[in-house]
Amino acid sequence: MSTLSIDKISMRFDLPNGGHVQALKDISLEIKTGELMSVLGPSGCGKTTLLNIVAGFLAPTEGTMTLNDHLITGPDAERGMVFQQGALFEWMSVRENVSFGPRMKGQRESQWRDTVDHLLDIVGLRDFKEKSVFELSGGMQQRVALARCLANDPDVILMDEPLGALDALTREKMQGLVLKLWKETGKTIILITHSVEEALLLGERLLVLAPRPGRIHREYSLPFADMGVGQDLREVKKHPEFAEKREEILSMIWDMEEEIMGNATEASA
Amino acid sequence: MIILLIYIAIFTAGFFLVRYGVKRLMHTTADYTSLKTVTFGDESAVRPDRWASVISILTIFLLWGAFTGSKWTPIHAPAPFIGDTELTYTLEAPDGSTDDATITLRVYKFGEDPATPEVDEGTGFARNDAETVSAGRTKTVLFDKNDEIKRRDGAKVIAIDGKPIEIGQPISVAAGKVSLTDKGAIQITPPAGMQMEPIWLPPPEKVVARFIEISTEGYQGFTLWEHLGYSLFRVIVGFLLGALVGIPLGYAMGLSNWFRGWFDPIVEFMRPVPPLALIPLVIIWAGIGEVGKIILLFLAALWIMAIAARAGVSGVNITKVHAAYSLGASRFQLMRHVIVPNSLPEIFTGARVAMGVCWGTVVAAELVAAEKGAGMMIMVASRFQLTDIVIMGIILIGIIGYGIDILMRIAEKTLVPWKGRS
Repeated sequence: MSTLSIDKISMRFDLPNGGHVQALKDISLEIKTGELMSVLGPSGCGKTTLLNIVAGFLAPTEGTMTLNDHLITGPDAERGMVFQQGALFEWMSVRENVSFGPRMKGQRESQWRDTVDHLLDIVGLRDFKEKSVFELSGGMQQRVALARCLANDPDVILMDEPLGALDALTREKMQGLVLKLWKETGKTIILITHSVEEALLLGERLLVLAPRPGRIHREYSLPFADMGVGQDLREVKKHPEFAEKREEILSMIWDMEEEIMGNATEASA
Repeated sequence: MIILLIYIAIFTAGFFLVRYGVKRLMHTTADYTSLKTVTFGDESAVRPDRWASVISILTIFLLWGAFTGSKWTPIHAPAPFIGDTELTYTLEAPDGSTDDATITLRVYKFGEDPATPEVDEGTGFARNDAETVSAGRTKTVLFDKNDEIKRRDGAKVIAIDGKPIEIGQPISVAAGKVSLTDKGAIQITPPAGMQMEPIWLPPPEKVVARFIEISTEGYQGFTLWEHLGYSLFRVIVGFLLGALVGIPLGYAMGLSNWFRGWFDPIVEFMRPVPPLALIPLVIIWAGIGEVGKIILLFLAALWIMAIAARAGVSGVNITKVHAAYSLGASRFQLMRHVIVPNSLPEIFTGARVAMGVCWGTVVAAELVAAEKGAGMMIMVASRFQLTDIVIMGIILIGIIGYGIDILMRIAEKTLVPWKGRS
């Protein structure tokens, strides 16, 4: 059963100076229910554009997307999104943030109270539920964002560098949490990151995009996400295959970056 | 000039006294900021010195009292001479003989009407005179009205109190400055001192007394509270109407291309027009009654509130909007739960500005034309040179304006605690 299917998506837009940008070209993907796919690529390769298209915030110039056989035309509660930062509502408490989705559906408190409390337990914020979000640390805020997304019970979770703004230690803890939530809930997750390690650790599938125009460069199937569930992630990183893959992908991305730099130098010369 | 120098001297002396005197003797708290070594340039380390604030206010009242001869201040600037004084003039007859006579001058406080002192005319061809003069003013004494040999007979004054004097060369004697007019009459200016006359600046106790008088008896047919209350009422109604129209207008401009395009030129044009410039037009259209004032204040608040609401909408982080939509919010829910709360800090800032502008505008409008109100009160008082009422009015207007701002700040703190925290 295929859930999310992306069919020949292209994105091209005009610039005010008369030129145009080909952000994405002919991207086709099939993502099955319960898959965790990480997307990696050099800066400017259109990863965020792709995610925004899947979320429904942008319309592609060509191609279509379907989720469970119906067309994606705009944002919807079936596709939840976790942003890098700044997406929580400061005027609401932690609990009000997490229950936002159910409340927007018109559910009464009795209908969502248990779910929200359970999710706050999972992300370890039970004692903070009446706090204002601006009183929390960055890592705690991202846990609220995760819980808020899950409380709405979406079919697909889109993550746009959700751990990008966190410090290294918090980030590692959060990676474990993402894996745990993925296994426990069985959600389909698309995760955008610019950390090769994170992409390898969390991605059951790993998509490497190439820039200008943004297109799929290579795809990997990886065992590390399954290994990492309930495990110490540092043990996974010591795995020889992990180190090998990391080097391979890093040099691949370096090559792309150099190519961009080379082009830029030629263009300016 | 002297006042400025004294002010600077107190400022400097206070600084050194507090810094090296009082603070050395007192226990100082060692909080985090006090441990900062880099304070010059670190705005967060600059905290108002409360000693300075207290001394600053005391200094203003001290200078005010000292230079108006207030009973409340221990020291005073030299006061103008009040009382009787004398000077002797030496008159020279055409034949060279001289005779002395005395002018008795009664210097009275401005506003009094004293009797001319009784003097014995004495003997000789120059006779004694008596005159009255208001403190600090110059009096021309036609000394020879009773003299036997008059100026037209060729007599002229050659000395005052034994000091030689000529036309065009003033001299100082015990009674004050003395000069001769072109025709040879004596001009006397008794010492004016350095105090302000009450008509320029009344002493503080007079202002307080006037405040008590007006707050119990009223002024121009209305009690003080009616005057102030009407001004406040106009501000509040005008501001509320402006906010009621301006905020939705600002939201519409922040949310719709058509509204933005339609109202942008109007708002951007009206914003720099000072509300005071609209007073004449509003008076022509609506007269000097309540309607005109409220229209004016409505217009003053409208553009500020519209721009604040528009800025509030454009200040919404796009990820919050995206997050709300992907959590299933409808447009109305997005408005209600995201855009409105997110724009509240901006709207409160705008409301504070608008209230300030409205308060200034209402006073100005009442200065131009009104039957009651704080501005009308001081305008009418100034026509009768009742400076104490004018100053009382200015102080009350200041206090109310400051009070409004404080209330708005408290409301802001309690209603939008997340301001500046995203």
